[in-house]
Amino acid sequence: MLPSAAAAMTEQLAITGNASSLHTSGRLARRVVEESRERIAKALGARPSEVVFTSGGTESDNLAVAGTWTARRDADPARIRIVASAIEHHAVLDCVDHLVSHEGAKVTWVEPDAAGVVTVDAVRTAIEEDPGSVALVTVMWANNEVGTIQPVAQLAALAHEYGVPFHSDAVQAAGHVPVHFADTGLDLMTVTGHKVGGPLGVGALVVRRDAALVPQTFGGGQERQVRSGTLDVPAIRAFAVALEESVGSLGTETPRLVALRDRLITSALAMGYDTTVTGAWEAGDTERRLPGNAHLLVPGCEGDSLLYLLDAAGVECSTGSACQAGVPQPSHVLLAMGIPESSARGALRLTLGHTSTDADVDALLAALPAAVDRARRASGVS
Amino acid sequence: MRVVAAMSGGVDSAVAAARMLEAGHEVVGVHLALSQSAATLRESARGCCTIEDAGDARRVADMLGIPFYVWDMAARFKRDVMEDFVAEYSAGRTPNPCLRCNEKIKFSALLDKAVALGFDAVATGHYAQVVERAGGTRELHRAVDTDKDQSYVLGVLDADQLSRAFFPLGDTTKPEIRAEARSRGFYVASKPDSYDICFIADGDTRGWLAQRLGEQPGDIVDAVSGEVVGSHSGSYGYTVGQRRGLGLPRSRQDGEARYVVGVDAATNTVTIGTSDLLGVNAIRGDHARWCGTAPEGVVQVGAQVRAHGEEVPAEAWASGSDVEVRLSSRLRGVAPGQSVVLYDGTRVVGSATIASSWLER
Repeated sequence: MLPSAAAAMTEQLAITGNASSLHTSGRLARRVVEESRERIAKALGARPSEVVFTSGGTESDNLAVAGTWTARRDADPARIRIVASAIEHHAVLDCVDHLVSHEGAKVTWVEPDAAGVVTVDAVRTAIEEDPGSVALVTVMWANNEVGTIQPVAQLAALAHEYGVPFHSDAVQAAGHVPVHFADTGLDLMTVTGHKVGGPLGVGALVVRRDAALVPQTFGGGQERQVRSGTLDVPAIRAFAVALEESVGSLGTETPRLVALRDRLITSALAMGYDTTVTGAWEAGDTERRLPGNAHLLVPGCEGDSLLYLLDAAGVECSTGSACQAGVPQPSHVLLAMGIPESSARGALRLTLGHTSTDADVDALLAALPAAVDRARRASGVS
Repeated sequence: MRVVAAMSGGVDSAVAAARMLEAGHEVVGVHLALSQSAATLRESARGCCTIEDAGDARRVADMLGIPFYVWDMAARFKRDVMEDFVAEYSAGRTPNPCLRCNEKIKFSALLDKAVALGFDAVATGHYAQVVERAGGTRELHRAVDTDKDQSYVLGVLDADQLSRAFFPLGDTTKPEIRAEARSRGFYVASKPDSYDICFIADGDTRGWLAQRLGEQPGDIVDAVSGEVVGSHSGSYGYTVGQRRGLGLPRSRQDGEARYVVGVDAATNTVTIGTSDLLGVNAIRGDHARWCGTAPEGVVQVGAQVRAHGEEVPAEAWASGSDVEVRLSSRLRGVAPGQSVVLYDGTRVVGSATIASSWLER
């Protein structure tokens, strides 16, 4: 968490006040919430009234997908089909699956190309299957695993050609690349606190005023009557501080992270081992890949062995995801990109952020060869 | 040393990990995912490999402040333990999957991966003792707690495996381990013991086998008269020494109970007889495994043919991977496929898989 956000949150925690109350402390809390809303809106190129606070990315994605789908179906029973990319976060994937299994929704999954890009042509083909049946299109702004940035502005324009609302999960993008809700033409956009250096457990759905949205939780209707629950004032304030700072420092952070990322990738590839970089990457590029994302495939290694060995060497990284019991699973993103399961098991996802330094990259590069050698030996025996 | 603590989520492996850490070792907790459907949550305390067990193991590792990983060994476990289990029953034998798991999974697949990753040894919560002799030779001995002693299921470990094994609980009784777990604040302290075969959740071995082998109707034959006295739905459901589940009325003539005295998979025949037909004093075993050097010539040993079974004095001699054992008194219910584990005092000499047994007069 950014120190400025932690300080703002700590200060606010000591101040009593429910933003829904009408007495003095309630009004003070409300003022903090509304100022935060304005700051967040400004940082994201949205209007304050378009910012709906939630508990984070998962809730925002669920509200966007299920809320839009339900509203669209209610208005026109033929509109039950969701066009979604196959590389969405589980907060979208599983919400779509739920609507399909329990609510009668249909889905068309759009596969990305080999670089992990969901192309306009692929989405057009999916819509064209039956344009009158599409309830919404949802494609993430940037992929959380391989860091590929999606052509969301073109995709939004495409959806609008057919009169279909467009949602984008921008959890990985906000605060990391320029994100402008209005200019991009989105109808709904998910953001979350902890990915911008803010607290865990707070986020927002940015949603146009005219977007039809059916609530998914029920109660006091605190947020525009579409989201209920007492607002977490300290977290909201810290979220705003963090987002504002992240967006404000993009001008200096982006080139710094891109330089670290490119050195990491270039050096790792130069080590041999038939290592490849996953997703769209060109040195210096900030248009197609997140500045802080390096995703490598190391053949012959199990990701969990690499993870252990690097962790033991003081480098924290990720591999695929794990099932509930903790067993590493090959990533659905890599499989959707056409990478075979055996290769997908050797995935190494390295993320750089505001605390990452040249020394961190050096430490990784120093630890990597021995880790790969050992991991290969370990996968040879099991 | 750098040690992998195999953590099942139970009380024993939790205390074992804690003791290894306190002994000054660098410990990493590893939970083995052995089930193909690890996503199941089970209510009963049986077995292992549930999400809850993985969570319990993780919780203890977190309390100890050690790294924790889940290693997926489900494919190896299926091949080397479960499929072996089915094949053995299908061939008319009675396997012990815990021995197979120790031999092929915990002290092979797990140990090999650990060594490849730079670890020196694997520690488990088994009740057994490793005694190091001058010169560095390591011996496997029975646990102090004779009720819990698990040296029988470790009798398949060879000298190399033993040299990289730690059993930190062998000098303590189970009640003391539970008390220690409580004093360490482990909430798994009162978790029930697992007794049954971990991959057969409901304990119904015959039903589990039937799902895989199907109905195979055949005859139940009297050992003395040769008469067909009943029928069964698959000889794999029977084990030498078994009395229950035969579905037969007591013999009209003598009123004596009948036992399974033989299972012939080739003819799908189950042979029954009175208890006096069950006693044997000679065993031939194969697939011998020695917890050290193989014995030469005839050696005086104690022989045990099932987990927590009685140990009887015996003479044994090895020849290649075969072992012959002459028992000083008769044992009942010696089923092919089970292991005979040989002891010298409390020391485990080795083990063999029982191929045949008979009565020598």
